[in-house]
Amino acid sequence: MANRITREQVQHVAGLAKLEFTDAQLDAFTPQLDDIIGLFETLSEVDTTGVEATSSVSDQLNVMREDVADNWGQSEALLKNAPDAARGFIKVPAIIDESEDNE
Amino acid sequence: MNFETTIGLEVHIELKTHSKIFSPSPVAYGAEANANTNVIDWGYPGVLPTTNKGVVADGIIAALALHATVEQHTHFDRKNYFYPDNPKAYQITQSDKPIGHDGWVEVDVDGVKKKIGISEMHIEEDAGKNTHERDYSYVDLNRQGTPLIEIVSKPDIASPAEAYAYLEALRQRIQFTGISDVKMEEGSMRVDVNISVRPVGQEKFGTKTELKNLNSFNYVQRGLEYEEKRQQQVLMAGGAVQQETRRFDEKTGETILMRVKAGADDYRYFPEPDLPALNISDEWIKELGDAMPEMPAKRRERYVNELGLTDYDAMVITQTKEMSDFFDATVALKADPKMAANYLQGDVNAYLNDNHVDLQATKLTPANLAGMINLISDGTISSKMAKKVFKAITAGEEPKAFVEAHGLVQLSDPAKLQPIIDDVLDANPQSIEDFNNGKKRAVGYLVGQIMKQTHGQANPQVVNQLLMAALKQ
Repeated sequence: MANRITREQVQHVAGLAKLEFTDAQLDAFTPQLDDIIGLFETLSEVDTTGVEATSSVSDQLNVMREDVADNWGQSEALLKNAPDAARGFIKVPAIIDESEDNE
Repeated sequence: MNFETTIGLEVHIELKTHSKIFSPSPVAYGAEANANTNVIDWGYPGVLPTTNKGVVADGIIAALALHATVEQHTHFDRKNYFYPDNPKAYQITQSDKPIGHDGWVEVDVDGVKKKIGISEMHIEEDAGKNTHERDYSYVDLNRQGTPLIEIVSKPDIASPAEAYAYLEALRQRIQFTGISDVKMEEGSMRVDVNISVRPVGQEKFGTKTELKNLNSFNYVQRGLEYEEKRQQQVLMAGGAVQQETRRFDEKTGETILMRVKAGADDYRYFPEPDLPALNISDEWIKELGDAMPEMPAKRRERYVNELGLTDYDAMVITQTKEMSDFFDATVALKADPKMAANYLQGDVNAYLNDNHVDLQATKLTPANLAGMINLISDGTISSKMAKKVFKAITAGEEPKAFVEAHGLVQLSDPAKLQPIIDDVLDANPQSIEDFNNGKKRAVGYLVGQIMKQTHGQANPQVVNQLLMAALKQ
């Protein structure tokens, strides 16, 4: 194993995703993720000298729609698809961790 | 020990577009939970966002209004975090190429003018809203995707009073552009603050704390004042300020520890692959800049220098664009500017407050206000009669027609007033004697009698003139 990612890093990323892994899972996932990163490292073999950095693989620009409201009327169907719903709301287990301010 | 304070403000402004930033769902309030949502807002697999052109335009307008440089090669980024009000598990925002940067607003604190820098401004999407109950939380995604502009100040703010002035200047300029209602009480303007103190001369900034639950500009200032003092006391006692988030308690005016911040946020930003980058043309910026209304500071200058208003009057009139436009239109109809300003600050504002309405939602028009003021100026009605006329124009009535229909015409014709004055004098010889003996009070009594005879319609100035002339004979 090339140690591209540590067990602690896997645990940290899992924590960010609100996931909890057992020791056995961490032992399994760490080398798997390491392999995946290794695969992506193939990209660095390409010589990019003189090539400008880009934020997108598409050469499209300025794709915008006019500011016109259109309600697709999907809320009922979407709520049916939610694990649980009540009074039009999506019902989820109580959230006690308010640590995100999501703005 | 002397301290200096550094305050940073992050302001979120909700835009008044018709549709959301990345989906065509309507942006509207008071709808049933989740009624204004579609598969894009819910972050379903395979859906693609599309950029609302109106939001980009608003971003450019905000940048111009705040003297910022518009970033012409801009794009969106993903900010990753997990929370139930955020169905995609990322927010589409801007990170390294925000739409505007390096702006400023000018504030005036106790007569001292200062420019406060704005480091950057992003356009981004709002999250949904959670309601917490005992065992469950309830998620409404109507707000998910509502367009926001985030405005980040430079660490130029050195006191809680400056923070207040900065917010007020920001609110006004944005309000005048018309892109947002910017009302804190309705959530269309939200403020996050951080503050640190350091001994004068120390180069490194002090450790900062973040304050939450600041629901008005006043609370922002009070919360900062409390926190400034608290941090100074911690340092003077030899302690260290912790990096933490504190909540402002509106009742006690204190800040209370909510949580200690452990480590830096880890949002793993990367360029949004689902949205093509933007290349904003010079023409578009110019077009939006040309259509920009005159800003409040410019209007205040004009009101003071050209129309003779006081600084205070000019400040009150420019609280909102609607008020300022109303004033301009009233004055354009030849109403006396000082009187127009007085009516707007006095009777009109009182009417708006009593009825909890905005000016634009009333039946008041500049034409009717100007009509009423002109009737006062030319002596047709007294300012006392104007009270009744004002009530009528709030109901949309035309002042001249109302005055005629109700016989509210002031009696100013000396030929008509003279006989009434003569009668009153004949009936009150005692008062004439009192006047001749130096009792000034007698005049008031006589004026009262004349007003009574004319049912309050006599022009007090003309009556005074005629009466004094008669008494001195």
